[in-house]
Amino acid sequence: MAQDKCATVEVLQGNEASAEGALAAGVNFFGGYPITPSSEIAEIMARRLPLSGGRFIQMEDEIASIAAIIGASLAGGIAMTATSGPGFSLMMENLGFACIAEVPCVIVNVQRAGPSTGLPTQPAQMDVQQTRWGTHGDHSIIALAPASVVECYEMTIDCVNLAEKYRNPTVLLMDEVLGHMRENVSLPAKGTSRLVPRAKPPAGLSDYRPFQSDERSVSPLAPFGGSYRYHVTGLTHDEHGFPTMVPEEVDRNVRGIVNKIEAHADALASYEEFMLDDADVLLVAYGSTARVAKSSVRALRSRGVRAGLLRVKTIWPFSRKRLSELAPRMRTVVVPEMNLGQYVLEVERAVGGAAPVVPQGRVDGHLFEPDEITEFVAGEAQR
Amino acid sequence: MSQAIEKAREYLKPHKKLPTVWCSGCGLGIVTSAFLRTMAKLDIPKDDVAVISGIGCTGRLPTYVDFNTLHTTHGRALAFATGVKLANPALTVVTVMGDGDALAIGGNHFIHACRRNIRMCAIVVNNSIYGMTGGQYSPTTPHGKRGTTAPYGNVEHEFDVAALAAGAGATFVARTSVYHAREIETILERAIKHDGFSVVEVVANCYTSYGRLNKFASPVEMLKWMKDNSVTVQAAASLPPEELKGKFTRGVLVEKHLPEFITVYDELAARLKQGSAA
Repeated sequence: MAQDKCATVEVLQGNEASAEGALAAGVNFFGGYPITPSSEIAEIMARRLPLSGGRFIQMEDEIASIAAIIGASLAGGIAMTATSGPGFSLMMENLGFACIAEVPCVIVNVQRAGPSTGLPTQPAQMDVQQTRWGTHGDHSIIALAPASVVECYEMTIDCVNLAEKYRNPTVLLMDEVLGHMRENVSLPAKGTSRLVPRAKPPAGLSDYRPFQSDERSVSPLAPFGGSYRYHVTGLTHDEHGFPTMVPEEVDRNVRGIVNKIEAHADALASYEEFMLDDADVLLVAYGSTARVAKSSVRALRSRGVRAGLLRVKTIWPFSRKRLSELAPRMRTVVVPEMNLGQYVLEVERAVGGAAPVVPQGRVDGHLFEPDEITEFVAGEAQR
Repeated sequence: MSQAIEKAREYLKPHKKLPTVWCSGCGLGIVTSAFLRTMAKLDIPKDDVAVISGIGCTGRLPTYVDFNTLHTTHGRALAFATGVKLANPALTVVTVMGDGDALAIGGNHFIHACRRNIRMCAIVVNNSIYGMTGGQYSPTTPHGKRGTTAPYGNVEHEFDVAALAAGAGATFVARTSVYHAREIETILERAIKHDGFSVVEVVANCYTSYGRLNKFASPVEMLKWMKDNSVTVQAAASLPPEELKGKFTRGVLVEKHLPEFITVYDELAARLKQGSAA
């Protein structure tokens, strides 16, 4: 696949595209556990990794899956796992470990309806806030939300690059519709994707400090088995990695892992802007819902409502910048999402009272219908 | 001071982290020094060794030793170690876990690691108690013995760690105790050289919690108990079952060959690549 010089066009589902993106990004370790609706990703990685010099392992659960990818990453691998709601919940413990120990890794979460076992074969966007705050303690996270099969491919590569650049776990927030939907995809030729190799410390340092990250820079990470031996712990630690309870060192550690990402939220932000130039009714959406919202914007325009769409691609870290620029000229801001009001809370804070912000939720395991969003927004626009 | 101890000293992390967090009278110092003497004898470059632990008193061991060290979450050491080893098979991977860490919260990871047969060594320091949290009963607290959460004696029945490992398929299983410090070395050496997954149970003493709750007069009394209540595998073979009651067997209990995971995986990958090239 994608071996020719030029791009190849294929019909792929989102899960397949994510796996192809992972391979294009150089992922050489995958640890996973079967769960609907993400299992195809593990199946493809199991088939392909031995051929590309990588290794696949099916672990005993999702706790072990994320533990294995963190271990693999520390040993110099480029590591990924994929899961869905219940498995994502189990990963929260070690997601926090990867945050405090600053270990790059990628978690694909093909969201299904919850809570608990919920609707294994149906889509939702209910894990948006869990992605941000699901693990205990202060930390930061990078999460991207694709809205098409080709974006499942591209954003998996982005997730790998951002994980390596920021030394942090990154989450690809897909949903069941994207995971199983098939589209024509034009994949770039093999070896043409822009990859960000992990920064490694220069050789011969007399005092390598792997844990100095802050808002200015991210400490380079030496792989286990190289020439630097150091300690990695989930305990709050000093710049060398040793546990510490010294208040200044604890404070520096926690602020460091948060600010190395949050200070760059505006730079990390990415959007698709659709018909926003003259809009006075704003839809904010992400993932599959954004596809529906886009057709609603067209329908609303044909009815004379000056609607526009801000499709959020970087879900986390959250950037207020673009929303606070747009908000003052909006009569209303509507946030449709397949949950009962999660991302709308962030939107509300960014808008800061400059316009009414209205949630539209759907939690029956089905994607919004275009008319449903169109009618709802038209109603809100008339208030 | 003997040469062996001098050499082992070179394997302590050079800066900052001593003294240890462990109580006086704790068996973990004996485990650490026996481990370091073994590593000194094996003479594997420090850069090529990863020592991985979970949470608890035993979990702190990697902090003090001069290798690539990884102090993971509670119970998960073997799952992290699996990733480390698969991403860089050239590393010698040793995990150290306590009984609560390895067998309660980490019990699922433990049995699956035994089954998979990835070349790693798992040291289980078994002091029959949760020491760091203050003496709660663990999966290896003997029936009837006390913990702070078993104030009237343990209602549950304990795991036999070595039997559990053997039953789950570990290809090398051994048991010794902190009284038998030199035996730890000879067993660890064989375990680390074993081409597969190895489990070494080291019966250890937590005087502060287990000892005081269970009427041991001192840490030394606990060591004496290990001396008086253990039997070598060889001796046990010729003793009637009633004489073994209440005692534990020491030595190598299982040593067998099964194809090692990474060896099999890589051979498979090589065949697949040949197939796809043809």
